[in-house]
Amino acid sequence: KKFTDMINEDKRTLELSGHVGFDSLPDQLVSKASAQGFCFNILCVGETGIGKSTLMNTLFNTTFENEEASHYEQKVELRPHTYELQESNVNLKLTVVHTVGFGDQINKEQSYKPILEYIDAQFEKFLEEELKIKRSLFNYHDTRIHICLYFIAPNGHSLKSLDLVTMKKLDSKVNIIPVIAKADTVSRNELEKLKIKVMSELVSNGVQIYQFPTEDEAVAEINSSMNTLLPFAVVGSVDDVKVGNKMVKGRLYPWGSVEVENEKHCDFVKLREMLLRVNMEDLREQTHARHYELYRRCKLEEMGFKDTGTDSQSFSLQQTYEAKRKEFLVELQRKEEEMRQMFVNKVKETEAELKEKEKELHERFEQLKRMHQEEKKNLEEKRRELEEEMNAFNRRKVAAETLMGQALQGCSQQPFKKDKDKKK
Amino acid sequence: MTSNIRYKSRIPVKTEDSIEEKQYVGFATLPNQVHRKSVKKGFDFTLMVAGESGMGKSTLVNSLFLTDLYKDRKLLNAEERINQTVEIIKHTVDIEEKGVKLKLTIVDTPGFGDAVNNNECWKPITDYIDQQFEQYFRDESGLNRKNIQDNRVHCCLYFIPPFGHGLRPVDVEFMKALHEKVNIIPLIAKADCLTPNEIKKLKDRIREEIDKFGIKVYQFPECDSDEDEEFKQLDKELKECTPFAVIGSNTVVEARGQRVRGRLYPWGIVEVENQSHCDFVKLRNMLIRSHMHDLKDVTCDVHYENYRAQCIQEMTSKLAQDNRMESPIPILPLSTPDVDTEKLIKMKDEELKRMQEMLNKMQQQMHDKEQ
Repeated sequence: KKFTDMINEDKRTLELSGHVGFDSLPDQLVSKASAQGFCFNILCVGETGIGKSTLMNTLFNTTFENEEASHYEQKVELRPHTYELQESNVNLKLTVVHTVGFGDQINKEQSYKPILEYIDAQFEKFLEEELKIKRSLFNYHDTRIHICLYFIAPNGHSLKSLDLVTMKKLDSKVNIIPVIAKADTVSRNELEKLKIKVMSELVSNGVQIYQFPTEDEAVAEINSSMNTLLPFAVVGSVDDVKVGNKMVKGRLYPWGSVEVENEKHCDFVKLREMLLRVNMEDLREQTHARHYELYRRCKLEEMGFKDTGTDSQSFSLQQTYEAKRKEFLVELQRKEEEMRQMFVNKVKETEAELKEKEKELHERFEQLKRMHQEEKKNLEEKRRELEEEMNAFNRRKVAAETLMGQALQGCSQQPFKKDKDKKK
Repeated sequence: MTSNIRYKSRIPVKTEDSIEEKQYVGFATLPNQVHRKSVKKGFDFTLMVAGESGMGKSTLVNSLFLTDLYKDRKLLNAEERINQTVEIIKHTVDIEEKGVKLKLTIVDTPGFGDAVNNNECWKPITDYIDQQFEQYFRDESGLNRKNIQDNRVHCCLYFIPPFGHGLRPVDVEFMKALHEKVNIIPLIAKADCLTPNEIKKLKDRIREEIDKFGIKVYQFPECDSDEDEEFKQLDKELKECTPFAVIGSNTVVEARGQRVRGRLYPWGIVEVENQSHCDFVKLRNMLIRSHMHDLKDVTCDVHYENYRAQCIQEMTSKLAQDNRMESPIPILPLSTPDVDTEKLIKMKDEELKRMQEMLNKMQQQMHDKEQ
């Protein structure tokens, strides 16, 4: 029998006759975890100006530095900031990631891609660490996104098409909690209708948002009631307003003051309760156990790893890895050969072409030379002809001159004759 | 004594009366005549509303005209809107107030900015406006001009969402595509989402960006210098308040002992017609009570004339090319040179040049030979 099979036999339950003390295990775990510090990563997705930074400031009761984004970004970008927070001896390494420029472009078909790529990149980093030979997972800074808060603009009727498309792409990668932002612009019955409409649209399109867990009896009741109140309608503010004789966080309007922590005004308190006070650990667990495992499985399958082979024998990662590596090297060699062959062929071709060209050039040269010779001959002939003409002309000129000279002489000798003739 | 006084006091009146009678021509009653005729004829006005869905456009129109224009509207849900194209829907109603009839047409643009890819989503809108211009142009140039229907768009209310930091690229592109075709009045929608400080900041930012991008929105005409100070002050306030931050409501609530149009929140009641809550009253006064006719005039005198001039230019250059004698619209032909004769002239020119060159060459040859 195999050793593993022996261990799974017949577990027996035994009674204790006294207090042993291993009931302190959870406390040991907690104190160890607290000493290490916790890690929590929030992704805020929403259009520019919708109130992402303000809500974070309100939730964590502090001012995270953040510059106002412009509406004219060409693409969606993600900007992560990491902060160290401390509350009652509990250290929290909080990373807040905002989408910048989301919803501003005229063509938003590619808007979801940067978000998806960011989430996958964090999973990839963790996977790399996990697969390392020498790894240090215990002090690895986990940047995987534990929760995505999707900010819905309160336009009164329903979700925007962009919201639907984006949430559908993200629901298998991250825990999504949709919130209705700037909820102080929606009146109570409009809010009810809007919540119902949003949830029905999400359900009918198969978008899986995060459900608060109801298995643990301690929190089952509150969680299940909160599940029915999704999406939370939130208002954020870091400014104080005077209500009665107290200063509370809120927004002051000419017609009244909205109090952020008043449950009759908005669902901020519920969000804080669910997100930070009750389900934070569950969010981390879900991210690791569900979303990350899914990513890991898909990635490894892509790379060609399998859990079970054709004969139902489980492979070890190591063997598969070796096999893959060999395959890869063989492939590489083949490619090298191919390229070398191609190179040689190309060289031959070019050589042949050049030879051709050389021949052609030679021929042309010969041709030109011949033409040149001919022309030279022609020109020589013409020159000779011209010279002959010139000579002939000169002779005629000389002849004419002598004639003229004689005529003149004759004239000057007989001027009287002429007159005499005339007189006659 | 009394008779004397009476006699005395009567004489000046009598003479004044007769002087006035002699000087009084009577055309001072023209305004009254115009008024009477216009009441009889009735008015028409076409208003376009544009903006993303859910900005409160139909609520605002209902609040402006105190009626319910949008019955049985079918709203699309998010999935259907992913690839939606922009439609143009017209609602026409006849309303009457104190004997004055108004034929009001609201042109709705559902689907604008709702799809995931909104490239050129304003094209159906600009095409519609051009079509109306074209229709009017044909009618105006026709033989029988008795019953011309003016369907041109006189004003376009553009709804800017209050959730951002200013204008978004789609807002800028839309307004730039339309600012030379129609009077654009930008509005900040759902203004009950902003505190007074935030409203001021947003308005300043939007005005800045409108200047920066060179968008020509509708400008209020300057008021005459002989208007009284109060009017001028109001006018100045009006101009500094643009773009108007508006709130609309279809429901009536009880506030301060009165029944008013408003929105009921747990923390207070927003009154649509309260000037310290929003600029709805300013918009209504401007749009309906004082500048409705000016909007129509600017549409006729500026936007339509631009369209017409452009149209005619295109047509005459086309005519010259095609050499057609008849044109669908009676227009004076511009003296554009005929393409054929131009060609001939060119040819002759070239021939002349060649001959000139040959002559020069021959002269040169002769000169050389002589030497």
